[in-house]
Amino acid sequence: MIEIRIHGRGGQGAVTSAELVAIAAIDDGKYAQAFPSFGPERRGAPVAAFIRVSDKPIRTREKVYGPNVVMVLDPSILKIVNVAAGLKEGGTVIINTSKTPEEMAGLLNVKAKIVTVDATKIAMESMGVPITNTTMLGALLKSTGIVSNDALGKAIDKRFGRIAEKNKTAFNRAMTETIVREA
Amino acid sequence: MAKRIGMEVSIAASEAVKLADVDLIAAYPITPQTHIVEHLAEVVADGELDAAFVPVESEHSAMSCCIGSSAAGARTFTASSAQGLALMHEILFIAPAMRLPIVMVVANRSLSGPISIWNDHSDIMAEQDIAWIQTFAENGQEVFDLVLHAFRVAEDSKVLLPVIVNLDGFTLSHVIEPIEILDKAEVDKYLPPYKPKVRLDPRKPVSMGLVGIPEIYTEAKKATNEALINSKKVVLKAWKEFGDLFGRYYNPVESYKTEGAEVILITMGSISETAMTAIDKMREKGLPVGLVRFRLWKPFPSTEFKKAIAGAQTLAVVDRALSPGGACGPVAEEIKAALYAERGRPKVFNFIAGLGGRDVTVENFEEIVSKAFTYAKKRPKQLYEMIGVREI
Amino acid sequence: MAKIDAIMGWKELDLGCVIRQPGSSRAFKTGDWRSQRPIVDREKCNKCGLCWIYCPDLAMVPAEEGYYKVNLDYCKGCGICAKECPKDAITMVLEED
Repeated sequence: MIEIRIHGRGGQGAVTSAELVAIAAIDDGKYAQAFPSFGPERRGAPVAAFIRVSDKPIRTREKVYGPNVVMVLDPSILKIVNVAAGLKEGGTVIINTSKTPEEMAGLLNVKAKIVTVDATKIAMESMGVPITNTTMLGALLKSTGIVSNDALGKAIDKRFGRIAEKNKTAFNRAMTETIVREA
Repeated sequence: MAKRIGMEVSIAASEAVKLADVDLIAAYPITPQTHIVEHLAEVVADGELDAAFVPVESEHSAMSCCIGSSAAGARTFTASSAQGLALMHEILFIAPAMRLPIVMVVANRSLSGPISIWNDHSDIMAEQDIAWIQTFAENGQEVFDLVLHAFRVAEDSKVLLPVIVNLDGFTLSHVIEPIEILDKAEVDKYLPPYKPKVRLDPRKPVSMGLVGIPEIYTEAKKATNEALINSKKVVLKAWKEFGDLFGRYYNPVESYKTEGAEVILITMGSISETAMTAIDKMREKGLPVGLVRFRLWKPFPSTEFKKAIAGAQTLAVVDRALSPGGACGPVAEEIKAALYAERGRPKVFNFIAGLGGRDVTVENFEEIVSKAFTYAKKRPKQLYEMIGVREI
Repeated sequence: MAKIDAIMGWKELDLGCVIRQPGSSRAFKTGDWRSQRPIVDREKCNKCGLCWIYCPDLAMVPAEEGYYKVNLDYCKGCGICAKECPKDAITMVLEED
């Protein structure tokens, strides 16, 4: 079972991106869960969302305490939240940043695969808004291959309707521009 | 068999209500029930469901409206949670007394105060004596299935009682997970249209909800209680038929790895899944532990429960609500009462966990089981124990 | 629901204690609650109908020639009609008299 924790701010689409991955994984024939950090939703406040993907039925309702993958939608979160908390050994940290994985590795001080992508820039150029969730899914897919491109594309189409294409442009750009640094 | 699709559990609940083709929904939004009624408002507005959606001004009005609707013979649904359920309180008793088959989903949440919107069972445990049939769902698929089952049982001419389907707020209501949605033709096979035995109809007038003078109140209460107790037969039959049609069989209590178990954990609701993972882990270590979990809460399935725990020396009952000033939590209380007259009854230890959104983890279950083994040898001083409480 | 006066067992109660016979409350004669009864003096009565309007038990009923009379099966003797009558045409007398 793969467990993913997504950090963002309220309104950046952390919960939506978790949902899209779970829906795609289930469409792929796997088992999955996606859930928010339960509570009142407040735009701008640091939030987390969680994903579990497994080949077998998932029998737990615990929160995710030891993620395999951490994804950070907003670089400013790094200053206020310990995003690497509980990260499993050999885990992956995916960050929206203009910095290189090497620079991030120095800042984060974790033994992990570091993945970076300038998602804010891509989102601004492709969609005109700094909402990075679908862009970051490109980085997630490139670095983990957790769901099929097809299934995720379908999930994005269904969720975003007429603005799905822009989201997919951003997603595809992230697939090519993401930089992966092995642990 | 339908394909599993990723869907929020709240949406699955409202899809079941839609497939049941209800005639009226009266509801007031409250976290974490909101997504259920929002989606229903949407499907009614979009014309996917031909029903009246009554956006009432309070939960007190919601239940009052449901009673009027059901009395008129309409298939009726509502959903609520916590303070909203509490605001319905006085009206909740009226529905079973009038034998109205209303179905309600309760997204279980703690009652304030302190103010809390998070999950536990304190809202529904404050409604133990309302004479509604009550089931508890363990996962999203069960939520979908139990909502259909609820209509089927409630409207059975031998039952005619309201039903509550409990689902854990957030822990279930806000989770996306794989769910098989039945199609309309399948649901129609399982759930025939509601044929009321008696209803408000100007062409054939009747009087409902009348005063019960002291000479008749006791008999009226007895009649409703007997109907509730006897509803279990239909509850079981409706689960059997559901299984025969769709391949998913449900029981009032479910056992997991109870063979040879010295300690049996008792749970209800979504923590049962985590508990199973904990049992697997403890069994791997060689601990003789098993799990029994309730799906039917009211009428309390005494017979099935006693059969499920037969042979165990110790029960570790996990309650998700506190019964302040009382002997133990509400589930443990019911169990202790059911076992009191039994020869060689097991020892029952009660643990209160997961209040107000506190996570219940595999580790918590390991702690509970370990304590139960210890207490079985040496009886503890306290009547029950709150897990994870900071004693400083 | 014939057993108005009988004590019913719980098995005999109709579903949800429903009453299927419309207007069955008519069989419940509340007139014997009365300790006073209204007497209408037709000499003083101007047929205004206020007694008929105000009677909470619909026990003041229209009678011949536009007058009103008391239905003693249901009149509880509350005296509202006598109080409201603008012509003092209604007086309350003790039942015993």
